[in-house]
Amino acid sequence: MTILELQNLKKYYATHKAVDDVSFSIAEGNIFGLLGPNGAGKTTLLRMITGIFYPDSGNILFEGKKFNQVNDIAKIGYMPEERGLYKKMKIGEQALYLAMLKGMSRRDAMTKIKEWFVKFEMESWWNKKVNDLSKGMGQKLQFVITVLHDPKLLILDEPFSGLDPVNSNLIKDEIYKLAQNGTTIIFSTHRMEQVEEICNNIILVNNGKKILDGSVVQVKDDFKEDIFKVGFNNLSETFLANSFNAFDILDKKDQFLTVKIKDGSRPSDVLQEILNQKADIVSFNEILPSLNDIFIKVAGKQQ
Amino acid sequence: MNKIWLVIKREYLTRVRNRSFILSTILLPLFFIGFIFASAYFATSSTEKQKVAVSDSNGIFKNSFQSCSLITYEFPADVDANNFKEKGYSAFLNIPKGYNSSNDSISLISTKQLGMGAEDKIKDQIDDAIRNQAFLKNNIDKRILDSINKLNETGMYHFRTIVKQGNKTEKSNSALSYGIGYGSGFLIYITLFIYGAAVMRGVMEEKMNRIAELIISSVKPFQLMVGKIIGIAAVGLTQLLIWIVLIVLLSTISTSFFSPETLQHAQAVNSSMGAAANNSAAMNFLIAKNTFLSANWALIIPCFLFYFVAGYLFYASLFAAVGSVVNEDPQEAQSLMLPITMPIILSFVIMTTAVGKPDAPISVWASIIPFSSPIVMMGRIPSGNVPGWQIIVSMLTLVAGFILTTMLAAKIYRTGILLYGKKVTFKEMGKWLFRKS
Repeated sequence: MTILELQNLKKYYATHKAVDDVSFSIAEGNIFGLLGPNGAGKTTLLRMITGIFYPDSGNILFEGKKFNQVNDIAKIGYMPEERGLYKKMKIGEQALYLAMLKGMSRRDAMTKIKEWFVKFEMESWWNKKVNDLSKGMGQKLQFVITVLHDPKLLILDEPFSGLDPVNSNLIKDEIYKLAQNGTTIIFSTHRMEQVEEICNNIILVNNGKKILDGSVVQVKDDFKEDIFKVGFNNLSETFLANSFNAFDILDKKDQFLTVKIKDGSRPSDVLQEILNQKADIVSFNEILPSLNDIFIKVAGKQQ
Repeated sequence: MNKIWLVIKREYLTRVRNRSFILSTILLPLFFIGFIFASAYFATSSTEKQKVAVSDSNGIFKNSFQSCSLITYEFPADVDANNFKEKGYSAFLNIPKGYNSSNDSISLISTKQLGMGAEDKIKDQIDDAIRNQAFLKNNIDKRILDSINKLNETGMYHFRTIVKQGNKTEKSNSALSYGIGYGSGFLIYITLFIYGAAVMRGVMEEKMNRIAELIISSVKPFQLMVGKIIGIAAVGLTQLLIWIVLIVLLSTISTSFFSPETLQHAQAVNSSMGAAANNSAAMNFLIAKNTFLSANWALIIPCFLFYFVAGYLFYASLFAAVGSVVNEDPQEAQSLMLPITMPIILSFVIMTTAVGKPDAPISVWASIIPFSSPIVMMGRIPSGNVPGWQIIVSMLTLVAGFILTTMLAAKIYRTGILLYGKKVTFKEMGKWLFRKS
């Protein structure tokens, strides 16, 4: 089921088009990556999805109906890129206030806060102020506040920026758990490599325009260039002196060759040809392009 | 609505529980009462008995100087400007030989200030003596002169102002209405700044802490802004209420501490300052009380509360708008605040005129235009001369005014609060005003 659908969304500022006719949809339970360089329009998109900005034109459908901030906001959890909390307010009260602003009852909020505080070993923090917390602690708190009200759609803008590896993994694990329990997650970042391991689906934006979307596997498949890495036990000069019909050698490093399959040939043809030369192969892997490579390729083409 | 309520509650509670709020709320009235006590103390303590040596070789003043409870005059021959201290006098009054009022000056020499009123008292004596001599020189009968002087002492006449409006006759006291008008206008002027700045700082805090975006993903920016403004208004009213209760309480307690003797003393101070001399302390107290009660409090208090709240609402949203566009630089806040502070200061200046001339065109206009009406109208109302329709029009325009400023400010606020690192010009803010949602 589609939880969120964006139709021809536009948001223009005086000097530039922040979001220019973007459409995509996200299926429930997905971990969805919103990718693009800084200034591509990601945050503007997220702000429209959370109702902070109104689109100049286009529609946002949430659970199949037109997005209504008043009703739907309780089902959305948003962690903005600009993290922030009241520095002088006690942490427990602050979490309670923010949860109640999301529409939770006082009692439910208390139960949930205690649950999460135990999970993240934050029980003793209740009466502390944000000022007293270390940066990492503050970010844990920020995450807890975002997910307290059990949002159906969780939007994380650069969630790992500034996190140390320990907290990074902690939050990554929680993201997986939430996704397993059916939470849909939008994960916005300019760090493409983070997305590859976490997301199922992605959309790439640049200069306010969607340039690509699909599942990570599909996108990579679309952009693969039939390049393989072949590992040998004993790579000899005589072997390299041969000319091959099925592939070109792109690169040689130690005992590894990077090869590109010629048009009309298949990976098995490559293997066949190498084996015919009695070469001692230990590995044969396809090299898929990284999302970063794909982005550079597509964005470059666009310009 | 529920969300605005949550915001109001947070704004109110975090401020009211703040240590500085508690301190300022309790300390200010204590300071105020302390100030009154201290000035009363210094006024009375400086009226210890003064002994003045008069060098009056011409004998003009010898018979006319009358010692009173505070100042005794003596006419010793062996005292001069250098040794009066050793001889036990607190001051030396020198009238030059062959004194001629148009050429010579009389000098009063003392080692320290004689204290409030004592100098005036001595001058009064000299005035009287010179006038009496002038009369006598012109052959005015001494008996007539005495009777005139006596009349003068007992208070020649009683004076009161009565303002007739239709069938209503009101006793009015211009000094009192001046005082109340000035006082309440000043109070509104001060609170506009205090609480307006509190709103601005609150908005800036949310922007600097980067929590604004998180909050407005849960509530509308308008709700956040209005919640903050109302929350701080509630803090202001709480503070005002506590001050009133404390001041009433403390002044009741302190007056009950006054023994009749101290009241007498206060009376003596009063008379030494040249006020009406012959009423007893109790009488004076009664008169003061009655005069105070004669003011039209039934009109003044509700109007004050209205202009206090509505004036604040008018300006608070503008302060919020400024807070939302300011970046880290406090200097920027200063210059952006200028268009708000200027009309407030101007209103105060007009108010100082309006208390004296409540019917002058500038007073009337300024008390109806919402930018200045909260301060100026409060300067006029205690005079009792403000037609009802003017008050109603002023109130209605102010309500319309604050609805308008809130709506306009909200447009700047919702854009400004998410804008970082960019200096916003007034021109840009103007553009935001005319942008749809």
